[in-house]
Amino acid sequence: MIQVKNISKKYGSTEVLNIPSLDIPTGESFGLVGNNGAGKTTLFNILLDLIRPTTGSIENNNITVNRSEEWKTFTGSFIDESFLIGYLTPNEYFDFIGEIRGMNPADIKNFLSQFEEFFNGEILGKKKFLRDLSKGNQKKVGIVAALMGNPKVVILDEPFANLDPTTQIRLKNIIKKLTQEKETTVLVSSHDLSHVTEVCERIVVLEKGNVVKDIQTAPVTLQELESYFAS
Amino acid sequence: MFWQKSIAVNILMGVFALYFVIVFSFLGFQSFYILKKELPNQDPLKIVNGILLFYVIGDLIFRYIMQKLPVMNVKPLLVLNIRKSKLVNYVLSKSIFSFFNVVGLFFYIPFSLILIKEGYPASNVLSWLTAMLLIIVTANFLNFLTNKSNIAFGVLLVILGSIIALQQFDIYNFRQDSVAIFTSFYNNWLFVLVPAVVLVVSYYLNYKTLQTQLYLDDAVQVKTKEATTADLSFVDKLGDLAPFIKNDMRLIWRNKRTKTVFLMSFLMLFYAIIFFGNKTYEEKMPAFLIFASLFVTGGFAINFGQFIPAWDSEYYKMIMSQNIRYRKFLESKWLLMCVMTFVLYVLSIPYIYYGIDKFLMITAGAIFNIGFNTLFLLFAGSFNRKRIDLQASGFGNTQGTSATQFLIILPLMGLPMLLFWVFNKFIGFNAGIIAIAAVGVLGLILKDYLMNLIEKKYIKDKYATIHAFNQKK
Repeated sequence: MIQVKNISKKYGSTEVLNIPSLDIPTGESFGLVGNNGAGKTTLFNILLDLIRPTTGSIENNNITVNRSEEWKTFTGSFIDESFLIGYLTPNEYFDFIGEIRGMNPADIKNFLSQFEEFFNGEILGKKKFLRDLSKGNQKKVGIVAALMGNPKVVILDEPFANLDPTTQIRLKNIIKKLTQEKETTVLVSSHDLSHVTEVCERIVVLEKGNVVKDIQTAPVTLQELESYFAS
Repeated sequence: MFWQKSIAVNILMGVFALYFVIVFSFLGFQSFYILKKELPNQDPLKIVNGILLFYVIGDLIFRYIMQKLPVMNVKPLLVLNIRKSKLVNYVLSKSIFSFFNVVGLFFYIPFSLILIKEGYPASNVLSWLTAMLLIIVTANFLNFLTNKSNIAFGVLLVILGSIIALQQFDIYNFRQDSVAIFTSFYNNWLFVLVPAVVLVVSYYLNYKTLQTQLYLDDAVQVKTKEATTADLSFVDKLGDLAPFIKNDMRLIWRNKRTKTVFLMSFLMLFYAIIFFGNKTYEEKMPAFLIFASLFVTGGFAINFGQFIPAWDSEYYKMIMSQNIRYRKFLESKWLLMCVMTFVLYVLSIPYIYYGIDKFLMITAGAIFNIGFNTLFLLFAGSFNRKRIDLQASGFGNTQGTSATQFLIILPLMGLPMLLFWVFNKFIGFNAGIIAIAAVGVLGLILKDYLMNLIEKKYIKDKYATIHAFNQKK
């Protein structure tokens, strides 16, 4: 589904990302881990055509992302709070994203009803603007909005951060369910090794912009990762 | 935080403050002589005393709306080893030096100096001045005590309204009372004790309340507004554009800065009165009438349009990664500017009072605004590289302003003025009007073509814009 070809990104003389090749097949749940500055968000930003790579290109479902914008029709993403429109209420925001993803009001209502448990009664129908919500609740809105309109590719940067334990568990279930049918490709980055090993079948470790590990998740993976980051 | 504001904002705030300082000092130095000249039979001090009661109540209302106790400043100090009483005294005494208090000095002090110079006994004048200064500071603390309660505000408005009304209809003359009150400070310094006592009491009450309120869930609280939603489903008729138009309407109504732009555009409606009422423009500089006419209907388009797409800078990344055609995003802004210009045009119909020729100028200006300026502003917007924080206050806020904003005014205003000047001089008034309107109509005819070019420009600059909008202050 996603092919990274010789991607590199340089700011001046510092190289922040260099991935010669990376293939993510359709339906894979793909985890990206690494310390701060490892290049996780840079990779996602290039994939979303928000920044240009210095060399190379990324294909999303055979579409080169900086040539055509067609990938936008089947890609949902949430990188950070700047993906939210602060002066809207959650309901208005879902309506907006839903409408541009081709959903009608009934679709949107149906879609949101699946997430009642995830929202825990704190999101819908509340008289609050997104900018006044807590970080955790903002994240919930962003994640669910990224899933609107049946995207084939879902990109979530640090989705577990700021969520309470119950919501983290619920989010893991959502991601597992999403990739069950092997139709949706999910890309998740995280600082939390245990969450990522739990939901992702494959984990790539980035360090200073390079892929240093590419593991198919197995029972020993968490240990392996922990010992890697401890050294 | 004030130190995070850009220098430009500080300069502009400074200019505003300076304006008030100049006006107040001018009045301080000159009002004695002006009053003497205009009303030679009356004592200028008495006239001023007669107004002061109204002024003090008006000042309280103004403070109620504008002045806030700068209590948020102590938030970082709360967990440090500083006694609470010290913090409270710090907050309260700091408030004395607020602009709202200082500006009054620029009137009272020179006015007192002039009184002494003109032979009023110095001891009496100083007694009066002391009372006035005490009243300023008392007003300062009384304002914090009312603590933004709507009842206090209502009471103040009713009092001011009714005494003005009673005065106006000669039912009761408060001016006499005002004179009596403020002259008493002048005549006998013992009366100065009255505002002094009120000041001490109000400070003490402030101290008491604030001391119990220095908690994050009380006075030191970030206030959030309850979201009120209006039904905008009537916009749905616009089809593809509807989600964007709805967003833009909410953008405008729910953020201070955009709301200021929106409301100011209605004030701009009155701008041309200054020019139309003055015969010299009509006889010598008719091109300036075009300048004024453009502003009448163009207030919104110009002030809103020049910051496209920076209004959306906070979530620009999302817009760019969503399934959105850039065209729709731009068309929504365009439509909004056109509709607002049209609304302002309809509201400008009373300008017929100044003659049909003036109204024709406004009409031509409106056509030019809709046909040319909206598109030109969209094009110019693609050069915007400054982020705007929507939550920052609206008045005198220049965030997002750069050289672009000054450059675009030239064709926006200069082109129609030039067109009119040339055609009016060599052919005639009607030709001047038609020339301006023709450019507007041409813009409308070529809209799709021009919009394509504008869209391409925006897409080409996408990465630079994303990068620039990511830079927070």
